Amino acid sequence: MALAKYTETRYRIWHYSYLVICASVFFFLIAPLFVIVPLSFNAEQYIHFSSGMMALDPDAFSLRWYEDMIYGTKNPWGIAVKNSFYFAFFATVGATTLGTIAALGLSSRYMPYKSLIMSILISPMIIPLIISGSAIFFSLAKVGLASSFIGVVIAHIILGTPFVVITVTATLSGFDDSITRAASSLGSTPTNTFFKITLPLITPGIISGALFAFVTSFDEIVVILFVAGGDRSLTTIPLQMWTGLREQLSPTIMAVATCLIVLSTLILIVTELLRRRSERIRGISAQ
Amino acid sequence: MTNGEIRTSDGELLSVKLKKVESRKRTGALVLVLPLLLFIIITYIFPIIQMLQRSVDNTQMNDLLNNTYQVIQNWDGTDFPPEEVVKTFYNDLKYLSENKLHGKIAVRLNYEKGGFSSLIKKTVRKLDSFDIDGNYLQQFKDVHKRWADQEYWLALKRATVPYHGRKYLASFDFKQDFDGSIVRIEEKKRINVTLWLRTIYVALGVTLCCLILAYPIAHLLSVLPTRYSNLLMICVLLPFWTSLLVRTSSWMVLLQTQGVLNDFLVFLGIVADENRLELMYNMTGTFIAMTQILLPFMVLPLYSVMKTISPSLMRAATSMGATPFHAFRKIYFPLTYAGISAGSILVFVLAIGYYITPALVGGAKGTLISNRIAYHMQSTLDWSYATAMATILLVGVLVVYYVYNRVVGIDNMRLG
Repeated sequence: MALAKYTETRYRIWHYSYLVICASVFFFLIAPLFVIVPLSFNAEQYIHFSSGMMALDPDAFSLRWYEDMIYGTKNPWGIAVKNSFYFAFFATVGATTLGTIAALGLSSRYMPYKSLIMSILISPMIIPLIISGSAIFFSLAKVGLASSFIGVVIAHIILGTPFVVITVTATLSGFDDSITRAASSLGSTPTNTFFKITLPLITPGIISGALFAFVTSFDEIVVILFVAGGDRSLTTIPLQMWTGLREQLSPTIMAVATCLIVLSTLILIVTELLRRRSERIRGISAQ
Repeated sequence: MTNGEIRTSDGELLSVKLKKVESRKRTGALVLVLPLLLFIIITYIFPIIQMLQRSVDNTQMNDLLNNTYQVIQNWDGTDFPPEEVVKTFYNDLKYLSENKLHGKIAVRLNYEKGGFSSLIKKTVRKLDSFDIDGNYLQQFKDVHKRWADQEYWLALKRATVPYHGRKYLASFDFKQDFDGSIVRIEEKKRINVTLWLRTIYVALGVTLCCLILAYPIAHLLSVLPTRYSNLLMICVLLPFWTSLLVRTSSWMVLLQTQGVLNDFLVFLGIVADENRLELMYNMTGTFIAMTQILLPFMVLPLYSVMKTISPSLMRAATSMGATPFHAFRKIYFPLTYAGISAGSILVFVLAIGYYITPALVGGAKGTLISNRIAYHMQSTLDWSYATAMATILLVGVLVVYYVYNRVVGIDNMRLG
């Protein structure tokens, strides 16, 4: 990106203003997230940068909102965290299994009606959540599964599968068929080929799809708003935040939000490692 | 070897054998897809279709007042219904009140004509004092003066048909008048058209803003050496992976009247303390927050397309005398069309159905059509109204989805 020495002044100006624009957009993207972090350590009741905080006075900072989050009696964050992880776990397992198997079929050259089937499978991602939420709620209510654990898990599996299908088919589209053919020609059974050759190669894709499914469920709010139907025992972190934000912006929510930012940072690191691993494997397999 | 037929080692015609193998593979692929396909169709597609039927469905009401429906349809709507109709309605109402079902029709009739709910409740209380041999119509009029208003009887007639498209009219602030003509509703009640237009404006505006903001940074990311671009990519991916509610609450913290942004502006002396900016609970808040939240969905498709554009193309153009601006317009920009369309359609589809952020940041002035659907779904419980609007929204989204499929191809969708 370095400019050549002979660059004209007006292009120089243009180039630097372009960099300034880019920097402002990056700032716009990332800064709002980091406003929350210091505010969660606020010793005061109000959500603003107090003069003590600006002066970096240690007394202006405290962990009281984190204590409130964990031990607070009014805030059922404990059950929300437990539910969120339970739902996300089962939804991830369900969505990843169904999605991966379907992606294997969809990537076959012989798959009929591929485009139509793909459109149907992707639709939960495209159709507005408010429509999905109410439709799933009505159908679950009909079979007596509304406001139930299984009902929420089914709803989250539906929402998670498109991401798994997309990421795994994307991984499989770069898959070199000659490898599996080589395995077969050397006498490997189809099952053996799948577990020894195909699966290890597409594992990064599956894990990244599973992460998407996990985050989709973990972060899901609109559908569970309908499906949980006010049942307090089914509350999740997003649901609890939604309720809290509707009432009042409390510092405890800032503490929860900070924890969620830490979680998303972890997910980001995992996806980055996966991407590198995937590139490395591809690099070898392409030779 | 006649006619050049080739046979396999087990003596079958090669072409036949090939077809067999191919059909076996086709079945194999289908079998793999089938579990998920069935799951999605049964638990998702089918419920959506069923729910959308509610938008025209009136069978519940029709079942409750079926006898009335049978006779009231013969009434031509002039003057008052004949005695037979009123008597049948009386009997239906009596049956419903004995089985405590009149509440349902009261709610339903109230959508048709305001004041009907209390009218039914008052009438039900006096049903027992009716003289069953006497003049029913007059007795109804004696119970409540509203029964002397012909409009209530007409509303009853309209409310008992098994299917209707009235909620679709209502979704666009139209209604069927008593003489059957379609007219706009009173000016002060027109809210839906405003909301539809606002939703479309916001979705288009957010898409455009995202495009303008995403284009330069996607370009920068695609030309920087990997180690720098990976670092900057965090700025895009961290918000992408962060919970929607976290990002919405961060905007609430920033945009409040007593919030961080206003505090900062007051501190700098740009804004006086007493007239802080109203950034939240209006369109401004919804717009800013949605742009930031949806921005990664624009950057990622743009980036993946820009990454494939060779820098030598631009160099070639400039070496042949094009100004950088000209080279950009003629060479670079057309090559990014695929990314622009993919990102724009994705952002537009997501924006048009947005619910959480407008509900929290938008307040009363910044809500979108999804919030209206949720309102009817959860507060007024007018499900046929909610589903009629949901159907219209769904059709809109499916049209965009179809275009996306044609332009970009669903198979080419990439995430992250």
